[in-house]
Amino acid sequence: MSIEELFNFLLDHSPALIVAIPLLGAFLTPLVGKINDKVRNAFAILVVAFTSFLVFLLANDILTNNTIRTYVFGAENAGSPIVRILFEVDGFSAYMAIIASILAIAGVIYAWSHMKEHTGQDKFYTLVLLMIAGMFGMILTGDMFNFFVFLEITSIAACALIAFYTNKGKAVDAGFKYIVISSIGALFILFAIGILYSQYNALNMAVIADSITFSFLDKIALVLLISGLAMKAGIVPMHMWLPDAYGRAPASVTVILIGATQASLYGLFRMVFSVYGNVFSSIDVTKDTVINTINSVNSVGWMLIILAILTMLIGALMALKQSNLKRLIAFAALAEVGYMLLGVGVRLASKVSQDITIAGETTTQVAFQGYSATALTGSVFHIMNDALDIGLLFLVAGAIYLVTKETSLNKLGGLARNMKYTTVFFLIGLFAVSGMPPMNGFASKLMIYQSTFQLNPIIAIVAILCSILLLAVFVKVFHSAFLGPKLPSLKDVKEAPKSLLIAMGIIACIIIFIGLFPNLFVENIVTPAANAIMDSAKYITAVI
Amino acid sequence: MMEQISQLVETLKTGTGLWNPLIWIVAIVIAFLIVYIIRSFGNKDYKKGTEQTKAFLSGNPEYEKEKMHIKSSNIYWGFLESLKWAYNALDKMHTGNVSDYVLWFVVIMGVFFIIMGVL
Repeated sequence: MSIEELFNFLLDHSPALIVAIPLLGAFLTPLVGKINDKVRNAFAILVVAFTSFLVFLLANDILTNNTIRTYVFGAENAGSPIVRILFEVDGFSAYMAIIASILAIAGVIYAWSHMKEHTGQDKFYTLVLLMIAGMFGMILTGDMFNFFVFLEITSIAACALIAFYTNKGKAVDAGFKYIVISSIGALFILFAIGILYSQYNALNMAVIADSITFSFLDKIALVLLISGLAMKAGIVPMHMWLPDAYGRAPASVTVILIGATQASLYGLFRMVFSVYGNVFSSIDVTKDTVINTINSVNSVGWMLIILAILTMLIGALMALKQSNLKRLIAFAALAEVGYMLLGVGVRLASKVSQDITIAGETTTQVAFQGYSATALTGSVFHIMNDALDIGLLFLVAGAIYLVTKETSLNKLGGLARNMKYTTVFFLIGLFAVSGMPPMNGFASKLMIYQSTFQLNPIIAIVAILCSILLLAVFVKVFHSAFLGPKLPSLKDVKEAPKSLLIAMGIIACIIIFIGLFPNLFVENIVTPAANAIMDSAKYITAVI
Repeated sequence: MMEQISQLVETLKTGTGLWNPLIWIVAIVIAFLIVYIIRSFGNKDYKKGTEQTKAFLSGNPEYEKEKMHIKSSNIYWGFLESLKWAYNALDKMHTGNVSDYVLWFVVIMGVFFIIMGVL
């Protein structure tokens, strides 16, 4: 087999391998762990690195050729997708998989030093790889029930990892809350899937999307799906589990957990724009649902905008009050989710229909306002930026905890004198998450501000205000933890270990690269991803 | 090669605006240069390590540096105090009780049901 044939083989089977390799790796980890700790850690990094390689191979093919790849389990070709599990990877799935792989690789490299002193590392790496497999499964699948299964795998693994510090009551408490919330959210999602299955006799997303009529039962299913996934994505006021979970999990887990949360957000995008594409994305006036449901689409859009504003405001205000570093970053992460949701809300709220009379003949036209595409593109772009920026800040918080054993900002100070590289990484994260130019966060937020301003200037002003609040939040952290004289209790503190610096360095470099060349990134990766999610017809025709 | 470089430095168009970080960096560098030139016209009597560089705290003695560091809880005290009403409401909302978390989920689901015309 030549190298080209090998690459083609890997590319053809990559949708399945991306899930199968970490899944197999998870079960092999305890066995490899019998050799020694270093081999096991290297094995986990190798598994994630190879999976990431496959993700980039697949994403490169999909984004450059603007195509959709399907992978049918148990058949040579698609055949009857109704009865087979099918993975469907479009530009948006590929984009989300890239984000997940960056977070996963940073997380496992970081864990090498970060978890060094802890027992139960075999279980830790097994659960991490399981969570990664579940996350990729959620992103790549084109089957509703399969989506639920991967959601559950991710949730169970994440719950155990959040409660990993079993000697600390609060970590166990956070894990318990997470599994209760996740199970309830997942059960409602399962209920919605059941409703759709009973109506259309199908579980494949594209098949359901092709048949959806927006009946009474479809509306119920949609509400259950939006509510369940919004809770899993940590949208206010269903966010309370998030600061607990992010704050109590080990930092290497938190960074992957961000990916898991975003996989739920991905689910929300997929359900709204693809499965219910006939209602929310389509502008085909020959379909009854398109004209009849514009008011519903606008209402859902405005509801999402209100939730987005609440998420941004409450996240930023609560972050400002916190003295615990990890909890503070968790609330900031919450505020960032609001920006992503805002773009979706603006897109839906801007769908309009108008009667146009040409030569005495009146026709109805349905369209989205021009700015809504920018809003959604900005929102999709911000998913990547948030993952990187917040991920980097969590890694910095983990590094601080590792060397000081402190997360209380009141007990920290003067760390910049001993932790120079960590300070630089924190500053990069600070500027990026606050949307300061020339960092990546600025470019995506600018797209969201400008498009939102055209829908309603007040919403854009609130969004900018929240960004300023986030800047204030992290300036406080910078002053409290890094500036000032060396505190007597922290005089012997040393720089973070190398593997932590490497993980932070990888993310910081990507942040700076995207920040300096945003157009390159938007044109080649973000826009194809946003176009994929907006074009529901293409998603359907790829299978049917 | 030139085509790839020009693609790399292309301006991001946001519908009604545009953004090019490289131009922004050039502008910032020019601004810093101007500031540096203005600074060079300043008074040259400044002497390091003399009385001139000592902190003046309204005549009060200077504490040890370790005691001068402002703790996180004291930062933005005025802001938090003036928005106490909002923070009290937010604190009441964040009970830490998982039953309340589920209650909020039910409330939001109810609102969505009303919006969609199901209820």
